[in-house]
Amino acid sequence: MEAINVIEGEVSVLDRSDVDTDQIIPKQFLKRVERTGYGEFLFYDWIRDGEVELEPHPILVSGRNFGSGSSREHAVWALHQFGFQTVIAPSFSDIFYSNSTKNGFLPVVLPEETCREIATAGQARVDLENQTVSWDGGEASFEIDAEIKRRLLGGLDDIALTLQSEDAIEAFEAGPGGTYGPVTTSL
Amino acid sequence: MPKTMFDKIWEAHEVKENLLYIDLHLVHEVTSPQAFEGLRMSGRKLRRPDKTVATADHNVPTDGTPTAALIKDALSRKQVETLEKNAADFGVPVYSLGSETQGIVHVIGPELGLTQPGMTIVCGDSHTSTHGAFGALAFGIGTSEVEHVMATQTLNQPHPKTMRINYTGRLGEGVTSKDLILATIGKLGTSGMTGYVVEYAGEAIEALTMEQRMTVCNMTIEGGGKAGMIAPDEITFEYMRGKAGVPEDFEAAVERWKQLPTDEGASFDTEVEIDASAISPMVTWGTTPGMVTQVTATVPDPEKMDSPADKEAAERALQYMGLEAGTPMEEIRPERVFIGSCTNSRISDLREAAGAIKGRKVADSVRAMVVPGSALVKTQAEEEGLDKIFEEAGFEWRGAGCSMCLGMNPDTLFEGERCASTSNRNFEGRQGKGGRTHLVSPTMATAAAIEGHFVDIRNWS
Repeated sequence: MEAINVIEGEVSVLDRSDVDTDQIIPKQFLKRVERTGYGEFLFYDWIRDGEVELEPHPILVSGRNFGSGSSREHAVWALHQFGFQTVIAPSFSDIFYSNSTKNGFLPVVLPEETCREIATAGQARVDLENQTVSWDGGEASFEIDAEIKRRLLGGLDDIALTLQSEDAIEAFEAGPGGTYGPVTTSL
Repeated sequence: MPKTMFDKIWEAHEVKENLLYIDLHLVHEVTSPQAFEGLRMSGRKLRRPDKTVATADHNVPTDGTPTAALIKDALSRKQVETLEKNAADFGVPVYSLGSETQGIVHVIGPELGLTQPGMTIVCGDSHTSTHGAFGALAFGIGTSEVEHVMATQTLNQPHPKTMRINYTGRLGEGVTSKDLILATIGKLGTSGMTGYVVEYAGEAIEALTMEQRMTVCNMTIEGGGKAGMIAPDEITFEYMRGKAGVPEDFEAAVERWKQLPTDEGASFDTEVEIDASAISPMVTWGTTPGMVTQVTATVPDPEKMDSPADKEAAERALQYMGLEAGTPMEEIRPERVFIGSCTNSRISDLREAAGAIKGRKVADSVRAMVVPGSALVKTQAEEEGLDKIFEEAGFEWRGAGCSMCLGMNPDTLFEGERCASTSNRNFEGRQGKGGRTHLVSPTMATAAAIEGHFVDIRNWS
C-alpha cells in the first residue's frame, strides 16, 4: 500500500446520498479476476446515461452513507484508479470505509454542511497527519482511528504487521479458542 | 459485570487487542481471486484450509448447466474455474457448480451445520450478517481482508458499538420476518445501524423459526449494521441437530452455547423499541431498502419529506421507478417476480410461497421464477413436490445460485421492467440496467405473480 498524507487539489462533487457500490462499479465488471483496470468503468451507467459528469480530481465530495451495499472492494479500486485519492462525505458504510483504508484511499467524515462548503469552494487540502481539511474560507478537523491513521501514513502492509504476532496467534490456536467451529475439510 | 452476547464472543476471540480470531471463512468466486493471487505473489500459505470453505454462487447460471467448464459466459466461466483451481492449490474444500452441496454461501453454511453459535464468521460478501441468526458474530469483508484472513486467520477490527432492538408484541397473521426487517430499516434509515453490531430481541424474534431469523439478520447490512445477532435457543439447537458439520458431542456444545445470550442488566450503546404487532406487509417503492411502506399505503410524496436531501433522493427514486406520488401500492403492476436470494430462498420460504398458490396461475402479464438457495434446498423441494406446484402455476423452476438478486448471471431484468423480488436490494440497476425492483416477502411475491399487482396478503384468499 502506498503511503499517503497530504492530498490537495480540485474537488469533484457527486451531490447524492446513499451512493451504493452497485452504482460505483456495476456487477458486470466484477467478473474480472484482476485488481486493476476498473477506473474506466466507474459509475458506468450514470456516466454513460449522462446523469453525472465527473473529472478525476484528487478529491471527491458526496452525500451521506457513501459506499453502501455490496462489500465489493472493486468499488474502491475503481474510484482510486479513476484518479480520486480521497472521498469526503457525512457518513460511509462500514465495509466501504474499511476497504478504503486497506488501499491507501482516504475516507474523510465531515458534517453535511461542511461537505457542502468544500464542494462550493472547489479546491481543498486534506492533511491526514493533522486530521484537517482546509479550503478557501474554512478549515475543519476530522476523526480517524489512530491505528488506521498510522498504517495509512506509513503505507504499512496489514498482513506483514499481523504476522509479527504469529506467536500470539499460535498461542490462541493452542488454547480453548482453537477448538471453536467445524472442521470444513472433514465434511 | 453483565455482558452482551457480542461482548462474550468478542472477548473469546481476541488474540490481542482488536485482533480477532476467525473460526470460519466462507469464500466465493467473485471477491476471492485477487486475494488468492495476493497470497501467491507474496509466497504465503492459506493458514487454515480446515476453517475455510468455498462455493460458486454469484456467477453461476441457473439453467441446469452441470459444470463450470460448460458455463457459456466466458468471464463467468473463467471466474468459477479460477475458484476451483485456487481451492485445489490451497487445499480449500469447494462446492462448485454441479456439486450436490453447491449453493448461495449464506444458505449452505447453516444447512451444512458449519454455522454455529459463538463463532466468528466472515466472508467477502456483505450479507454474511445472515449467520448471526445462530448467535454468531458474522460480518462481510472486502478482498484485502479476505486475503488477510487467508494468511493469518485473524482480522484487525476496531471495536464496534452495540445496539439492541427490542420488538414488543408479535407479528400479525400474514406478516413475515421480511416485513419486520423492512419496517425496521424504514424506521431507522439505511445508515441507522452504521457502526453497530445489532442484537434483535423480544417476543416477536423468539417466536421466529431459524430460517425467518436468518432473513432478519441477513438484511442488517441494508440498515448499515456491521452484524446482526439473535440469541441461540432451543429453536436454534433443534435446527442444527443432525447437520453434517455440528460438534460430535452435540449436547455438550448446547450447554456451552446456552451461556452465550446477553446477561440480564448488560448495557448497549443504543436501545431501540419497535412494536412488532403494528407491522404490516411491506413493499419498497424506491431505490434503497429504506424507501419502504405498507402495502396498504400509497407511494409517498417527496414534497412531504423531512429534509432537502430526502426530498431530492425520493424525487430521483420515483423518476427511476416510474412511479407517481399518491399511487396506491396495490395498483403497482410488476411484470417479473423473483423468489430467491440469500434473504428468502430456503426451504421454508419455498414452502410458504408454494402454499399460497392454491391451484391458481401466474397472471399472463407476469414472468415469474423461483431460484432455490442451494442444491440441497432444490432437492428437498423436489422431494416435496414444490417444483410441480410452481411449474403448474406457471413459475420457472431453476437451479441454485444468487441469480437475479444481483444479475451477474444471465437472469436479469430488461430496461424498465418492474419486479417483485424477495431479495435484499432495490438499488438502481441491481437486477439489470434500468430494472425496477420492489422488495417483498415470498408470499407477497407469490400473490403479486398471480394477481399481476401487489395485494395485501392478509386479505387475499
